[in-house]
Amino acid sequence: MRYMTAETAEAASTALAAEPGLARVLAGGTDLLVQLKAGMIQPDLVVDIKKIPGIREITPEAGGWRIGAAVANAELKEHAQVKADWPGVVEGANLIGSTQVQGRCTMAGNLCNGSPAADAVPGLVAADASVTIVGPSGTRVAKVADIPAGPGRTTLAKGEIVTAIHLPARAPRSADAYLRFIPRTEMDIAVASAAVSLTLSEDGTVTHARVALGAVAPKVVLADASTIIGTKLDDAALAALAKAAESVCNPIDDKRGTIEFRTSTAGVLARRAALIAYNRAKGVK
Amino acid sequence: MKSIQVSTTINGDPVEFLCTPDEPLLDVLRNRLGLTGAKEGCGTGDCGACSVTVNGRLVCSCLVLGVEAEGAQIETIEGMAQGETLHPLQRHFIEKAALQCGVCTPGILVAAKSLLEKNASPTDEEVRYWLAGNLCRCTGYDKIIEAVQSAAAEMRGEV
Repeated sequence: MRYMTAETAEAASTALAAEPGLARVLAGGTDLLVQLKAGMIQPDLVVDIKKIPGIREITPEAGGWRIGAAVANAELKEHAQVKADWPGVVEGANLIGSTQVQGRCTMAGNLCNGSPAADAVPGLVAADASVTIVGPSGTRVAKVADIPAGPGRTTLAKGEIVTAIHLPARAPRSADAYLRFIPRTEMDIAVASAAVSLTLSEDGTVTHARVALGAVAPKVVLADASTIIGTKLDDAALAALAKAAESVCNPIDDKRGTIEFRTSTAGVLARRAALIAYNRAKGVK
Repeated sequence: MKSIQVSTTINGDPVEFLCTPDEPLLDVLRNRLGLTGAKEGCGTGDCGACSVTVNGRLVCSCLVLGVEAEGAQIETIEGMAQGETLHPLQRHFIEKAALQCGVCTPGILVAAKSLLEKNASPTDEEVRYWLAGNLCRCTGYDKIIEAVQSAAAEMRGEV
């Protein structure tokens, strides 16, 4: 295994693309080093992207935020303004691992690791976030939702790296929330999860909503949010949302959760996350 | 595998070492530098026994490559006591018997110190969540929480 630190995203991309063997990106390393230790992978080249200018910075951008791909989730948590705009994105990212893991792990790494249960991803999809990708054929922008391709797989081509995540500008009376179910209180992987982002009119009617579910399909899925648009989240709207969430579930059946359990839990979590986002958008603490 | 020369700072002292590109920082500390305070419990970031800080940020040294230490400031348990004078956390861990076998203790002390630097008055719940990534199979945690809180009180000047 060779190790290099890239000074630019283009240099990282060129090295990754030129490597005939197995190449991996190193940002926080909380997945990569575990895979190395377990002997799951034996990369020929590891490219550390943390020295690329701006890749560890959070900067305001077009009313929203640019989160560099190597920003550790602990750093994200300490950014009061991002947390105020996107509390659901931040709370999802902060559920990954322990304090020690938070000190290293990144949202971009969580996305590119390709786990269907990635805690940072549903919040980003509900936020309609984008990523900048630098690759051998130049720079492109894609929706976060279009990156996962299935368990452990992404749509990124060889040599392509995510350099930043972009959270859009927030309309007034907007908020988001993320919930997951795990059998314990901390340090576990989602059995089912839901993120809801919404915007309210002045009278408290939902005018815009996105609902994303994790761990209930080979990749993150969107539920039909039209079930709550035009409502004030009355019981009927919430019941319709839960049903819409259940209807897009296609989970695995394993010892951590049966198909039935994951499906009904996704519905419950979507309903509860919608209520949390709604109260946040109304300014209720 | 070709070794790489790394220049870093550990507990305030400049340190140079050679390591292979795939070698975790934990192995460098223990096997190359003789700093055996950080322990390997799991080697996969689950147990926290190898906790250190890198540029002020609490991490598992098993999940950091040694080569990533280039130019960094690293603090380990060996830097916690000042000569013969124990850190208040270390003293209160002894006084409260907040350890039994002791394998988890260096990691918990490093993690607790990092918490108290950010939050001088944590609630018990905050201490428990902060230390959720530090596994202890002996104490049942209660004495650890008590020791952290009494050390925190002393550090706030309340004792």
